[in-house]
Amino acid sequence: MAQQVAVEKQQKTLRHRKPILPRLFIYISLSLLAIVCIVPFYIMIIYATHSNADIASKFIILPGQELITNFQRMSASVNIGRGFMNSLIIAGSTTIITLYCAALNGYGFAKFHFKGRNVLFVFVLATMMVPMQLGLIGNFKLMATLKLLDTHAAIILPSAANAFAVFFLKQFIESSIPDSVIESGRIDGAGELKIFNRIILPMLLPPLSALGIFSFIGAWNNFITPLVLLFSQDKYPLPVLVAMMQDVYSTDYGLQYLGVALSVIPIIIVFSIFSRQIMGGVAIGSVKG
Amino acid sequence: MKTLSGLKKDHYGYYFIAPFFIIFAIFGLYPMIYSFYLSLTQWDGLRDPVFVGLQNYGYILVDPIFYKALFNTMFIWIISVIPQLTVSLVLAVILNEAFLKGKNMFRAVFFFPNIVTAASLGLLVSLMFDWQAGSVNQILLQLGIVDDPINWKSDPWFMRLITSAILFWQYFGFSMIIYIAGLQGIPHEYNEAAQIDGASKIQTFFKLTIPLLKPVIIFQVITTLIGGVQIFDQPFTLSEGTGAPDRSILTSVMYLYQRAFVQYQYGYGAAIAFCLFIFIILLSVLSFWISTRSNRERKVK
Repeated sequence: MAQQVAVEKQQKTLRHRKPILPRLFIYISLSLLAIVCIVPFYIMIIYATHSNADIASKFIILPGQELITNFQRMSASVNIGRGFMNSLIIAGSTTIITLYCAALNGYGFAKFHFKGRNVLFVFVLATMMVPMQLGLIGNFKLMATLKLLDTHAAIILPSAANAFAVFFLKQFIESSIPDSVIESGRIDGAGELKIFNRIILPMLLPPLSALGIFSFIGAWNNFITPLVLLFSQDKYPLPVLVAMMQDVYSTDYGLQYLGVALSVIPIIIVFSIFSRQIMGGVAIGSVKG
Repeated sequence: MKTLSGLKKDHYGYYFIAPFFIIFAIFGLYPMIYSFYLSLTQWDGLRDPVFVGLQNYGYILVDPIFYKALFNTMFIWIISVIPQLTVSLVLAVILNEAFLKGKNMFRAVFFFPNIVTAASLGLLVSLMFDWQAGSVNQILLQLGIVDDPINWKSDPWFMRLITSAILFWQYFGFSMIIYIAGLQGIPHEYNEAAQIDGASKIQTFFKLTIPLLKPVIIFQVITTLIGGVQIFDQPFTLSEGTGAPDRSILTSVMYLYQRAFVQYQYGYGAAIAFCLFIFIILLSVLSFWISTRSNRERKVK
């Protein structure tokens, strides 16, 4: 036993001794790449705190004192709080609708053995492969017909058909929700929808929260759909509002940096809290093939 | 056993999956079919669409701007995707190593740009490369590398490259996570066997890891291709919606957007959308065919 430990120790030191230079090289490259990933956001935040004159005259590394002035100038002409609320409404409702419909669908596919189940599920997966811009113009016309143009509903409603979310939840339900739970609900006389809402949905909280973060970020970042379907400035979500500022305040750099920062910071916060779940979700999505 | 058959509720499955199919039919399928109909019409958004047959497609075939937009899109995509898929593969292998400290931190930092609002990123880069007030010119001036600020945004090739750079920067972390997921599906025994046989890390990488990861690599190529043809947000905000200079970063979807929603030629825009869709299918089939063919050749050997 002692001998074995000694051998292992020896092997360990051997393994440690050999590649120290390559390892150093690896750490340095990784750190440099990490810096490249962060620097633009650093610049964004620092520049948002400086006056236009400062930005135009020199390269800045440290924060300045013009943040409040920039913000006042911005809110004098753009209702940035409104934009924030719009983003929150769109992303929030999109998330709730996506999650509920996907849970229904995933549960249906996972626990009911109806005819045509496999074909229909393949169809759901296939909808993921179709690029959304294909229906963009038809969607515009449809929203015009339904009198939904320039409303948030036009952006929120279609999110009820999210194939990735369905796939994600179906996998989870198949592997972690036992049939006996559903059967005991039925024996107790609960209706199918009641079983779903009262028993299944609470059990789905972990995957739903992971998926929720995902769809919230996706909806927050969505750009082309609101750009096409919304016309009034007071309905724009932040990314569209910020892009519009570019035309109007093309020479007010401090204000523009601040706008970019405000549209990105919520995402930074969400990511710094949930990074592990987000990356885990991406990994699950990739191994479906 | 009457109670058991009473518990058979399989047909309820249809109710549970119905909302998805109804919503998809209304907001997914119908717009696509209607887009196709619109692509056969002239429609200005106000009056009723006028049926013109294949006229729009005929115009696209001889539309130099369409070809330029297609070229821009493919150029930007290829220049970003080659480093994206190679760098991320190497990073995935490195960050999958047991010895590495802080690998979770590195993974998170590399992945982070992926989730940031793409439209805002384009705007941010546009600000950083501003001729007068951009931070890039300010650094170069202060370090004494240049005497006068460079007008980055007037150079078509530079703009294409910087768009590619943004895309690379934004998506290499995403590819890396997918590769890591793929790597974790490879049994440890394979690597150990290779080590015992005296294979070096480089040999293991090329002879073992890459062949085993091939399905993941094909998945990546096809999904980035579909995403690549749709590039819009970053070049749009980078060039204030114009694709300037000289339409160098006007991508296909930006051109679709301009025709339909700026010039109110919705029929023409819809036709562009369908040409792009056909283009995506052709490229996907091609890349799939190439990958399966090389597989067969290996088996014959």
